Amino acid sequence: MGERLDIQKTYKLFIGGAFPRSESGRTTEVVAADGSFVANVAKASRKDLRDAVKAARGAQSDWAGRTAYNRGQILYRMAEVMEGRRSQFEVELVTCGSSAADAAAELDEAIDLWVWYAGWCDKFQQVVGTVNPVAGPFFNFTVPEPTGVVGVVAPEQPSLAGLIARLAPVLVSGNTAVVIPSEVAPLSAISLSETIATSDVPGGVINMLTGPKLDLLPWLLGHLDVNAVDLTGAPTDLDPAVLDEAVGNVKRVIRRDPADRGPYAITDFCEMKTIWHPIGR
Amino acid sequence: MANDDIHPVAKGQSRGFSLDYAPAPESASVVSIADEYGLFIDGEFAEPESGELFATVSPATEERLSMVASGGVGDVDRAVGAARRAYDGVWGPMPGRERAKYLFRIARQLQERAREFAVLETLDGGKPIKESRDVDIPLAAAHFFYYAGWADKLEYAFPGRDVAPRGVAGQIIPWNFPMMMLAWKVAPALAAGNTVVLKPAETTPLTALLFARLLQDVGLPPGVVNIVTGAGPTGEALVDHPGVDKLAFTGSTAVGKRIQKVALARGVPVTLELGGKAAHIVFEDAAIDQAVEGVINGIYFNQGHVCCAGSRLLVQESIAESFVDRLKRRLATVRVGDPLDKNTDVGAINSSRQLARITELVEVGVAEGAELYQPDCGLPDRGFFFRPTILSHVEQTHRIAREEVFGPVLSVLTFRTPEEAVAKANNTPYGLSAGIWTEKGSKILWMADRLDAGIVWANTYNQFDPASPFGGYKESGFGREGGMHGLAPYLSAAPTGGRS
Repeated sequence: MGERLDIQKTYKLFIGGAFPRSESGRTTEVVAADGSFVANVAKASRKDLRDAVKAARGAQSDWAGRTAYNRGQILYRMAEVMEGRRSQFEVELVTCGSSAADAAAELDEAIDLWVWYAGWCDKFQQVVGTVNPVAGPFFNFTVPEPTGVVGVVAPEQPSLAGLIARLAPVLVSGNTAVVIPSEVAPLSAISLSETIATSDVPGGVINMLTGPKLDLLPWLLGHLDVNAVDLTGAPTDLDPAVLDEAVGNVKRVIRRDPADRGPYAITDFCEMKTIWHPIGR
Repeated sequence: MANDDIHPVAKGQSRGFSLDYAPAPESASVVSIADEYGLFIDGEFAEPESGELFATVSPATEERLSMVASGGVGDVDRAVGAARRAYDGVWGPMPGRERAKYLFRIARQLQERAREFAVLETLDGGKPIKESRDVDIPLAAAHFFYYAGWADKLEYAFPGRDVAPRGVAGQIIPWNFPMMMLAWKVAPALAAGNTVVLKPAETTPLTALLFARLLQDVGLPPGVVNIVTGAGPTGEALVDHPGVDKLAFTGSTAVGKRIQKVALARGVPVTLELGGKAAHIVFEDAAIDQAVEGVINGIYFNQGHVCCAGSRLLVQESIAESFVDRLKRRLATVRVGDPLDKNTDVGAINSSRQLARITELVEVGVAEGAELYQPDCGLPDRGFFFRPTILSHVEQTHRIAREEVFGPVLSVLTFRTPEEAVAKANNTPYGLSAGIWTEKGSKILWMADRLDAGIVWANTYNQFDPASPFGGYKESGFGREGGMHGLAPYLSAAPTGGRS
């Protein structure tokens, strides 16, 4: 018997909990740092993006309707499952050009981010919510709610930790997400999808669309059922005509340093709801 | 059902008692209106570069009240320059506790001169004096008083953050609550340490100009607040000005979208408080008499010129017929007329343009199949007036159920289950406010959780308070005004510690 031939992986999209190829049938070739072939990554089309938004919308009310405790446990489960598969992620990061030490450090960071945000699920409301001392006989309080479906344009680097730094705060409050991962290093995003699919995250809560950001962005910004878009990982010199697409439904357009973590990274994707009720006998 | 014993007033009416009220006009002598007003830039009133003026009229009489300067690109540039100098030289470096004192002074002077402001607000805008006297001006003063106290406590509002003002704020406000909207914009901006260029609405500039005089009396340093009057092009010049660090707009969704475009292209932070099409939901287990009052107040308050007006009544099918009957009988006792009369419930429509828009949409509603009810009340011979209107049998697809009317027009739809009420309430691109009437507490919270609305009034409606955040979901805009949350748009907040 000769040397064993290794199994090459087909890197597909992640939509509604399933792993379809792009309906367009198109792919982009990813090569390793040494120039050798690694994989054909699916090149998402406008139709794929619409399917992903539909899946995200379909999953949103259930995700938001779960208890904060439950969402926290599911995000923590992401950390548990990633921890067990960290060597796979490290190999992929190294394939895409990271040093082994950088890859290991990025995995530490990526996994700890899930833990950090898992803990926020049932706490940020107490930090940013208020009971308001209005001048009248009313009980009045303000609570954060998820804005709905959020498009996340993940930073190019670090491709895994950067993606999680922007995705996790979106999920904390009960939003669902359509993610456009790093173009230069998309492999770990696909493997992350496989982790998501086995971590109790309901189908449709996170959807992953690999492909050229500049192709996907106008469709994402123009989609009327997307409530907010995180442009942190998008070029800063975007054509204003592309940004114009966002005003069709008054999208919340966010950019925030991925290193800036905490309740405000969560409330970027929240709406504040204020409720009044009279006090009387 | 013999309903006529429910409302003794209506019964009395049928026996020929007179319900007429003796006129009770508030005297306009408390205000003195100049023939002409300049722009308020750098603490002084200044001529516009173009020399152009426009008339502001009383919508109740169509008489011209004054001529007001029309600000152009150069005027806006001067105002932004003054605001920048004031920010760099005075207001930015000033300790928060000193900024606070100026804001407290403004609040106090507004209280002291409340009657003058209320009468002028009513003259220029057409709203009933009892509303400007009891709602607009007291709330404007309260807003300054509230934010005054924040000016030296900003570090407590955003834990783990180092906050800093943004710089020069460009603010554009509407004509429906001129002084209240001014306060909602100016107070948090100043408390946070920004300086301001404000553009009031072209049909209601006078109270903002009186406010400019008040600022002179208060001794506010020149340039901290600049007021540039004018119409759409003046606002565009402000939005386009590269020296503006933060934009805030209250007005229509259409204009809001144009402003968001500019803000996105320029990378300037913006907050938008836009239109609404609020569902006002009445369940069969509501306290019906209170709900009738709430629904009437929800839509006819301020002639329905309210972005959060309860313009879509969703009433449970089992009580729909009797509830609408009660609404009609209550509406018959609403007093429409002279805004300066202290008895008036519904005053003048703000402008002839708005009157034309309301008239057109009601005609469309009737043509689309809605059933029209208007009380048989007399209207003044001149001025812009519209009879309070109920359109029943409205379908979700009707324009009258989808478009913001911004007038005294209630559309009536029905539902059977709470789920259906939620679906219908949320079936709109808007998401500013909603109302719920039921005596069952768990149902209130179940509904409130599911409604896409920034403000939910349960067993009440149209309540406002400086401590209570206000703002919308979806196409009703983003950002909040009021409360601690209202400070955030006027501050940049960098992490202090970092992650532990």
